[in-house]
Amino acid sequence: MSDQQETELLRFTTAGSVDDGKSTLIGRLLYDSKSIFEDQLEAVRLSSSKKGLEHVELALLTDGLRDEREQGITIDVAYRYFATPKRKFIIADTPGHIQYTRNMVTGASTANLALILVDARHGVIEQTCRHSIIASLLQIPHLVLCVNKMDLVDYSEEAYNQVVKKFRSFASKLDIKDLRFIPISALHGDNVVSKSEKMPWYEGPSLLYTLETIHIGSDQNFIDCRFPVQTVIRPHSSDYPDYRAYAGRVAGGIFKPGDEVMVLPSGFQSKIQSIDTYNGPITEAFPPMSVAIRLEDDIDVSRGDMIVRINNKPEPTQDIDFMMCWLHHHPPRSRAKYLVRHTTNEVRAIIKEVQYKMDISTLHRNTDDKIISMNDIARVRMRTTHPLLVDSYRKNRNTGSIILIDEVTNETVAAGMII
Amino acid sequence: MKYSLKHLEELEAEAIYVLREVYAQFENPVILFSGGKDSITITHLAKKAFFPARIPFALLHVDTGHNFPETIEFRDQLVESLGVRLIVGSVQQSIDEGRVLEEQGLNASRNMLQTTTLLDAIEEHQIDCAIGGGRRDEEKARAKERFFSHRDEFGQWDPKNQRPELWNLFNGKKNMGEHFRVFPISNWTEMDVWQYITDQEIQIPSIYFAHERKVVKRQNSWLPFSDFLQIRPGEEVLIKTVRFRTLGDITITGGIESDATTLEQVVAEVAAARETERGNRADDKRSETAMEDRKKEGYF
Repeated sequence: MSDQQETELLRFTTAGSVDDGKSTLIGRLLYDSKSIFEDQLEAVRLSSSKKGLEHVELALLTDGLRDEREQGITIDVAYRYFATPKRKFIIADTPGHIQYTRNMVTGASTANLALILVDARHGVIEQTCRHSIIASLLQIPHLVLCVNKMDLVDYSEEAYNQVVKKFRSFASKLDIKDLRFIPISALHGDNVVSKSEKMPWYEGPSLLYTLETIHIGSDQNFIDCRFPVQTVIRPHSSDYPDYRAYAGRVAGGIFKPGDEVMVLPSGFQSKIQSIDTYNGPITEAFPPMSVAIRLEDDIDVSRGDMIVRINNKPEPTQDIDFMMCWLHHHPPRSRAKYLVRHTTNEVRAIIKEVQYKMDISTLHRNTDDKIISMNDIARVRMRTTHPLLVDSYRKNRNTGSIILIDEVTNETVAAGMII
Repeated sequence: MKYSLKHLEELEAEAIYVLREVYAQFENPVILFSGGKDSITITHLAKKAFFPARIPFALLHVDTGHNFPETIEFRDQLVESLGVRLIVGSVQQSIDEGRVLEEQGLNASRNMLQTTTLLDAIEEHQIDCAIGGGRRDEEKARAKERFFSHRDEFGQWDPKNQRPELWNLFNGKKNMGEHFRVFPISNWTEMDVWQYITDQEIQIPSIYFAHERKVVKRQNSWLPFSDFLQIRPGEEVLIKTVRFRTLGDITITGGIESDATTLEQVVAEVAAARETERGNRADDKRSETAMEDRKKEGYF
């Protein structure tokens, strides 16, 4: 096996507007890690000169759709990939403007880390707050604030400290587990890949080193055992006449053969007979592994059920409070029923009450205006037709998240983080 | 650090999860099988996802009639060994039935015609989900693809109006006559696929390895000589040691000069490559947004 295979995967999200240097930074990370190919660069060069630009517009690498290229803006989430010998990276690059909150939320939903850029000259602005609040709401475990354009403030420690101080004070209101600051100049490469000589006062690591080494091993929940069943594997073949296993992806905790488990919602108890994979049975299964679990007893288990430990169960409930991000241009219809998808389970539900709308630039709770429209984030209460087996999103992102689907249009209309 | 997966293990777990979601959410899914490394990888992942049961999907091959002979041989052996059903959509048949017109001229290719054949096969066999090996790192329009990508009743993709996709909650709801394209290896790079093939010892067609072949130099790549290739004035048929980084219609898939005869050598070559794998695909060179335009109509 080659060295490159012994690497971990880090998913991070970026958000930003045209001017904060985000494209320059991503371009630099991709370029310096040799992830941009010559034909891609040539194509971007050609497009840039066609547009009459003097510089090579690296944003054209990520803005792939015709409309984005014509308008010069990122509309959708663009995924970019690069690798260093230490790690593989997936960037979910999202537009930063308030009208694209839903895209930021989408990009943030799978991220281990949020990279937020601040212009050293302007400091913490509304957009910085918005991105941080989204990172906090979506429980991204790590947040790195890059104070960019240090070259334009003479690499001043004082300018940097001011931004850090202001952001720390703002962030104290948020739920951020791991917060770091790095002074950089994306344009000149200071503290991006290697440490800058122009800022000897900064003692921390470069951005790339941070991305390569930040500890992501504890980002999953390894305590509370949750195994949502996706499907049942029954070969009915002469080699495996009575084989029956429950396929799924571990959503929390560590499962082992011999564990006493309970299947919900039925409440039947059994023991794990084996945890199977194509490469043979394994001794432990943890998130985010995809495995197949066999139980010692022949009990009725199907898609949407959840295998858990007997003494650690999620809460079955029909009344669910959650933070909702509305994703669709049609506002929610009054008294309408929506399909709720939670892990592998699906039930119908009705939005009973909007408790408040949240201003995602200031955290202000608005209890006067409760009209929901696209990109709004609100605390709501919903009633489901059948109990869901939920954890709080804070405790487990896999079993604490839901989406709402409009039964008429089949569109995904909302995302929810269970409180 | 004990409870962490290596990146390929994590990508594999994600792909297996997606394949199992397809099985659970759709009635009649198929794997779009081109005989290329990505669809072979998908097929391998499907084998792992449902083991010890058989792959619960048929393979759908859209056959342009302009194949590398090695591909067809490989396809038939794989189908045989897996015990899966093979559906062939024939572009030649679409032409014979007057569904499409063969392109004329020196740049003629059947690449565009595949869309009609594919959509006809989807309709005829009532396929509600076609699993593809598309990856987001391949091409800029593909970078915007969802794992679960909706197609309307005309098979069209509407990139500006895609469903948001959050966490790993996939929404495969649709009306009758519509279908989905699902891309389990969305997050893999070309390098990931090659490393995975090496790691898992997956069999792939011989044309991925260096071999001697009659070729013609065109637009900076070596097009394989075949009965379907129109030789232009001034072009010369040469014998070169080449291999192919992607595998498509033989008339548009350019090879690169290479001595890589083992997977390890191929991986080393990919790591050092300075051009994308699709850099040798004439179908992508037709315009800046050629892929997006084809995908909107229902292309792979």
